[in-house]
Amino acid sequence: MRAAAIRARRQRRLRQTGWNLVGIAVLVVMVFPVFWMVSTAFKQDQDINSFNPTWFPFDGTFSHFRDAIAGSDHPFFWNAVENSLIVVGVTVGLSMVLAFLAAVALAKYRFSGRKMFIAFVIAIQMLPQTGLVIPLFVVLRNYGLTGNYVLFGLILTYLTFVLPFAVWTLRGFLLGIPKELEEAAMVDGSSRLGAFVRILLPLVAPGLVATSVFVFITAWNEFIFANVLLQDQSKQTVTVWLSYFSGSSRHTDWGALMAASTVIAVPVMIFFLLVQRKMRFGLTAGAVKG
Amino acid sequence: MRRGSIPYLLILPVVAAVVATLGYPIYSLVQISLEKYTLFELIQHSGKWIGLDNFSSVLHDHVFWDTLKRTIVFTIANVGLTMIFGTLIALLLVRVSSVLRVALMAGLVLVWSMPAVVAVQVWYWMTNFENGVVNYIFGLGQYDWYASDFSELGMVTALIVWAAIPFVVITVYAGLAQVPQELVEAAEIDGARGWRIFRDVTFPILKPIFLILTSLSIIWDFGVFTQPFLLIGQGRLHESNYLMATYLYQEGYAKSDYGRGAAISILMLLIVALLSVFYVRRMVRTEETT
Repeated sequence: MRAAAIRARRQRRLRQTGWNLVGIAVLVVMVFPVFWMVSTAFKQDQDINSFNPTWFPFDGTFSHFRDAIAGSDHPFFWNAVENSLIVVGVTVGLSMVLAFLAAVALAKYRFSGRKMFIAFVIAIQMLPQTGLVIPLFVVLRNYGLTGNYVLFGLILTYLTFVLPFAVWTLRGFLLGIPKELEEAAMVDGSSRLGAFVRILLPLVAPGLVATSVFVFITAWNEFIFANVLLQDQSKQTVTVWLSYFSGSSRHTDWGALMAASTVIAVPVMIFFLLVQRKMRFGLTAGAVKG
Repeated sequence: MRRGSIPYLLILPVVAAVVATLGYPIYSLVQISLEKYTLFELIQHSGKWIGLDNFSSVLHDHVFWDTLKRTIVFTIANVGLTMIFGTLIALLLVRVSSVLRVALMAGLVLVWSMPAVVAVQVWYWMTNFENGVVNYIFGLGQYDWYASDFSELGMVTALIVWAAIPFVVITVYAGLAQVPQELVEAAEIDGARGWRIFRDVTFPILKPIFLILTSLSIIWDFGVFTQPFLLIGQGRLHESNYLMATYLYQEGYAKSDYGRGAAISILMLLIVALLSVFYVRRMVRTEETT
């Protein structure tokens, strides 16, 4: 009997080790491209260009970062960062205010037309953005939202595509707040607005932060519209800037390209690691119960 | 002010913003699709009415039908691989040690947060034929992954699946936590193992999640633009490696035939709308129960 128990335990431990090995393999394969980007960014050119790869940049260099963001071959990096920050900042600010109001309506009120509004929000989220590139290009052209105003046109475009997502996730956060808390505040003699400001707002603050980070990431990463609408080199956003980085020559400066990629990806990664726990269920919230 | 009007006032800004930034472009999309609208008309700010000529030109073009077929096959391959690998990794996550689980989660979030434009550059660096690390690892010498249409689209698929896996893993893993442990144990006592438990216990409970993830992935992958456009490279896009979005971009925008491009856009929007009906209905229905 004891021998059997020991055998069973050993077998279980063996199986656990097996799963762990598979897990490590999956981790290595999935993370490798990210590792390779960062690792290449710090390597000496001769290590990058040799056919036998150097895995870790032990005798590393920062020169690729200098080339990428300040080199004469790649001007406009700081313009691109500035443009991206303007576009992203305004998009986040406007979308959070508008989305929060609508989310309150969805989470705290029953009204006729509510279902239609929800269908409207979800349907817009499903529109393939590529299908709207041509009319947006033509419309913005016709209305003169080019040149200096082009960033404004881009912000309007982004607003359309982030609002549904923002409304939907904020509504999820608001639903998580117990009605009793709000009611208790009202019994204490507060008006609905007072209850909202003192009780609801602090509770939903983490949700606002998380949602705005996601809006930030969506707008920071967007490429299709920025590529079509921003034709002036000094007016590009970081993704468009990066897409032109390697230029037309086949002799790519891989070190500088990976350094530039790292610089653009790292802020997003940090944000993502900070908020992903709160946001995992954004798009599928409610699905489990169905 | 009547109390009942509050929710409408709250949703008004979002509705107004979306209708203004989306409604007008959609109206102009329909209008342009019925006109001869090229660079000349763009400068004139007005197109020339030609009825349904753009649509009949597109629908009589074998390139459209070939592209549609290719995109359907591409979508099935991408969604299938994403769902299979995503589910397998989620199931693996339950079985590995807790330290490894945290590491895997962090790794997946890193991958999730890679901007598409950055991921394309890293992919191209890893798979370039001169000194790509992928060729080194598999001992392929100077194999050119971008020599044939099939292998080119295969690379795009690998990139998309890699980037899409984390979202599926994290969502399915969250769902797995909701599978009652007693059910699994009961099935084990009845002698069921691995695959049988997944098919008869886990899968039926997670079915709503799988349905929503699959429909979301279909809609995303059908209209995917950034990855094929940048990884294949605009200069090397042609009839035999078009996907819907790159076809639309090349035919409509790059060739400045905006009228024809608008017709393609409308056809694409209609196809995606058909595909989304299921998802939107499902989300609205689950929303009612919350």
